[in-house]
Amino acid sequence: MYRYDEYDHRILAERVEQFRDQVGRRIAGDISEDEFKPLRLMNGLYLQLHAYMLRVAIPYGMLSSTQLRKLAYIARRFDKGYGHFTTRQNIQYHWIKLEQAPDILGELAEVEMHAIQTSGNCVRNTTADQFAGVAFDEIEDPRVWCEIVRQWSTFHPEFSFLPRKFKIAITGSPHDRAALCVHDIGLRMHRDAAGEIGFEVMVGGGQGRTPMLAETIRPFLPKQYLLSYLEAILRVYNQLGRRDNIHKARIKILVGAVGAAEFARLVEAEWQASRNEDLELPAAEFERIHAHFALPPYEALPAETPAFHAKRFENREFARWVRTNVSRHKQPGYAIVTVSLKPEGGVPGDASDRQMEAMADIAERFSFGEVRVTHEQNLVLAHVKEADLYELWRNLGFFDLAAANAGLITDIIACPGLDYCSLANARSIPVSQAIGRRFADPERQARIGELKIKISGCINACGHHHVGHIGILGVDKKGEEFYQITLGGSADETAALGDIVGPAFAYDRVVDAVDTIVDTYLGIRIEGERFLDTYRRVGLQPFKERLYGAR
Amino acid sequence: MTQEIVTANRLRDGAVVYLAPEGYWSERLADAVVVEGEVAAAELLGTAEAAVKAQIVVAPYRADVTLESGLPVPRTTKERIRSRGPSIHPELGKQAEGQPA
Ligand code: SF4
Repeated sequence: MYRYDEYDHRILAERVEQFRDQVGRRIAGDISEDEFKPLRLMNGLYLQLHAYMLRVAIPYGMLSSTQLRKLAYIARRFDKGYGHFTTRQNIQYHWIKLEQAPDILGELAEVEMHAIQTSGNCVRNTTADQFAGVAFDEIEDPRVWCEIVRQWSTFHPEFSFLPRKFKIAITGSPHDRAALCVHDIGLRMHRDAAGEIGFEVMVGGGQGRTPMLAETIRPFLPKQYLLSYLEAILRVYNQLGRRDNIHKARIKILVGAVGAAEFARLVEAEWQASRNEDLELPAAEFERIHAHFALPPYEALPAETPAFHAKRFENREFARWVRTNVSRHKQPGYAIVTVSLKPEGGVPGDASDRQMEAMADIAERFSFGEVRVTHEQNLVLAHVKEADLYELWRNLGFFDLAAANAGLITDIIACPGLDYCSLANARSIPVSQAIGRRFADPERQARIGELKIKISGCINACGHHHVGHIGILGVDKKGEEFYQITLGGSADETAALGDIVGPAFAYDRVVDAVDTIVDTYLGIRIEGERFLDTYRRVGLQPFKERLYGAR
Repeated sequence: MTQEIVTANRLRDGAVVYLAPEGYWSERLADAVVVEGEVAAAELLGTAEAAVKAQIVVAPYRADVTLESGLPVPRTTKERIRSRGPSIHPELGKQAEGQPA
């Protein structure tokens, strides 16, 4: 984990006091709401339906047990006993009081956390593959680069007032778990023909009203040039991005308007003209940051753990959980565990104070005191001994954290939607709960196989519906909730935007519609196909016919 | 004619509040002043704007209601959720504090 130095601590402490002063002046009436709103947003504080909402940054989703305990404490002391992990690998609290917000930021600062750059038109939290550093197919740990980008972009004066918010994601593996294609910039590390490591640079992805997949503007950028090249991209965007229309201000619109080839040329020209050698990271600085991400002291273990395999034979539930929630680790004898925050009937991404505390303890006991947040709203324990998996699973079960559904139909992404969010058209969470209940049978889930449902309560697409295998978007029809369904979206290295299947469904019809879609798929799939494979083979028509044919 | 109320969030804690008689703000929808017609609604919103200047509430707006047994009932899902609390957590928010549904 990256640790702050004294300078970082001082800046954070100053920020907290500055905000305390601003809140005090707002409550006293010395500054108006119009003056205050940008200040509170700069500190991650939004006004939502029932209260203020505080969004806390979790850089590239990495948490220590100490930090997670602090998040639990904040949930209990200042909120209503829970928090919500988001698709940006952050956490949000939904019941915050303005007058307590400075105290919360003070608590966070104690554990090197804050809410800076979780709002506004700046470079937001850089997200990463949740298996960073441990994935068996990884080329290089992307977190080092996320941290470098974080340090470069934090308070960067030139990029604090971009035309619109800006999101970067990085992965070091061929399999994309970080949804690179729907980010303003997606960076994929790979090797060139000479074996050197660099980045494929993709630009202009995004969801929302005008969804677009990022396009590659540079197939290979030697890694030492990352910052100067990013700076060139942001400069071109800063100059040419539209500031006249909020719906046209994201970089995707610019890339779409000029074309990826022309955009690449503009960036290249800017890069050649202004290339700043100061931004080429000295080897010593790289090493300093790199050292923060050293892997924990693993034991030398045999590749096979007989006791673990024996348990799988003995206990079917454990075996099922291993099949879905345990992934291969690059270190022999170790495994990566995805802890599902999608229990049956639960709220996707929500964790109670008790669960957060339990996870902190469990991480200390089984995974070197480290927890990661995934953009799919789950948690990850990245360094678990195979020999400990059974014990870990039992422990997770005590806290309702052992759902065996990672990657299955009930592992749903859902934004807060109309239950909390003031921008929402419709509720997301109850729809996900109803789907979760409908498909609760583990045998049926296993039969359906990999199927990602993603739900957003409005076109802003925080729930990533455009890239859901089944995407569900809440729309408003005269104050009533309706849901538009898309099929065939995908957020991995085969990224695609979903196709709208037809007219929207009323609130009480949407689960049946999903059921019909799944049933149609099961009826026509060929041996070995996942939902997405079947969809890509047959297209919309069979689904349309089953959903609307009878009308 | 449609009936309207004025609602906002309280500055200090963000709680949903309704403009009640005499310029008071109440956490209960049942206390809200209900008006009919553009003139009366605009006037009510004017009172709310004054409360914004006095650091009591933020972002006030007009919302349509219907009267049932003399009590205002929200017309949209959004206002229904604001008046009660999250639909997924009946144990939280106004609905848990004995507010009429
Ligand atoms: S997608 Fe819309 S409803 Fe959902 S959290 Fe984002 S802004 Fe709110």
